[in-house]
Amino acid sequence: MIALLTRDLRLALRAGGGFGLGLAFFLILTVLVPFSVGPQSALLAVIAPGVLWLGALLACLLSLDRLLALDWEDGTLDLLATAPLPLESVVTIKALAHWLTTGLPLVLVAPVLGILLNLPTPGYVWLVVSLLVGTPALSVIGTFGAALTVGLKRGGLLLSLLVLPMYVPTLIFGAEVARRGAEGMATSTPLLLLAGITAAVIALLPFASAAVLRVNLR
Amino acid sequence: MTQTSKLNSLWEYANPKKFLSTTERFLPGLWIVTALCLAVGLIWGFFFTGDDYKQGSTVKIIYLHVPAALMAINAWLMMLVTSLIWVVRRHHVSALAARAAAPVGAVFTLIALVTGAIWGQPMWGTWWEWDPRLTSFLILFLFYLGYIALWEAIEDPDTAADLTSVLCLVGSVFAILSRYAVNFWNQGLHQGASVFRAGAVTGTDTAEKVSNIYFYPLLICMIGFVLLFVALVFYRTGTEIRARRIKALQARERMSA
Repeated sequence: MIALLTRDLRLALRAGGGFGLGLAFFLILTVLVPFSVGPQSALLAVIAPGVLWLGALLACLLSLDRLLALDWEDGTLDLLATAPLPLESVVTIKALAHWLTTGLPLVLVAPVLGILLNLPTPGYVWLVVSLLVGTPALSVIGTFGAALTVGLKRGGLLLSLLVLPMYVPTLIFGAEVARRGAEGMATSTPLLLLAGITAAVIALLPFASAAVLRVNLR
Repeated sequence: MTQTSKLNSLWEYANPKKFLSTTERFLPGLWIVTALCLAVGLIWGFFFTGDDYKQGSTVKIIYLHVPAALMAINAWLMMLVTSLIWVVRRHHVSALAARAAAPVGAVFTLIALVTGAIWGQPMWGTWWEWDPRLTSFLILFLFYLGYIALWEAIEDPDTAADLTSVLCLVGSVFAILSRYAVNFWNQGLHQGASVFRAGAVTGTDTAEKVSNIYFYPLLICMIGFVLLFVALVFYRTGTEIRARRIKALQARERMSA
């Protein structure tokens, strides 16, 4: 399992373009927002938590089609499926690797981008906390979507159509934590619900992803 | 043996041939009853009930809106059940029925959304409001779109059936989750359940209940929509079965040629 994780991480770091792409996308999206809504800092402060959450979510989505497709093309997935490691844990490790290479950097960069959007000071902690709690759910749900569409030639757009509706609850609670935090309100209710979604998704969805992957590898 | 034969009877219809012959026997009558129910319900509703004292004649959109919304949710529920049957028992008719129901459900969802917007414009003063019910219906519509798109995208029918049924199962969980998440996210403008309610029948809380004048034609419309859905699904499933059969015949011909 560790070997698979380090392999995935190394591939993501060294095979050009995969790793920094999500971050660059997040940055560009954040820069584009003031261009589209205007540079008034009061307005930006209001929408900053939501925009940052949406940006992180889309950056996560962007890298999903590479998650399994590359391994599918060169046959690695077939080998992994016949390996003694159960496919459920393969999928979980894949999601973890995706989170480490995409989700975690997004979490770390988010406060910096918060400055660009004039995020109110109490919001920084809650933005980071909510992203830290919420992005694993995005990776796991995304892995399910990637497993569904892995055999398709033009799966990219379909992947977004399938995954984005499933991101709705995570986005609602995550952005709510960040918004309430920025306004100095109590955040524990949405944070607990967000954590609940993440925990449930990590516990249950790998089984669905593995089942779907088995169908696709048939 | 007699015990099990009764139990097996439902699964006999998993045989495509049996399914086709049975539905073909039922369908003409079903179409007639559906048309009758819709005609009676809609004409009664549109022309023979008075205008509401507050809403005027816009109240009559209820005869399309409520039944469509009812079937939008129940169509997904039916897809969930048939998907489960496909996953567990692998009856092809079941998977094809789920496939056949999806566009019908999507259209019902769209009807509910559009009629709601048409009603909401004069009543709420807005075509669209990010109300939990409206939002969750929009999300349901997106789930329908994703489901249909996945069916269309996969060439191998069995793989498609497998993947879409897992999507339907997982999607149901997320759809329900979204339903309650949007409740948390915004306060509602949409009225609560007002057609079937405990207490409404016995008349203890008549204030919130749809008046009886509107209720009976509405009930007939609801029955009409349910029958319409059943008829459409039977019809479309039959089409899917025949399409599958044509493909099999063509493949056999190619093999022998």
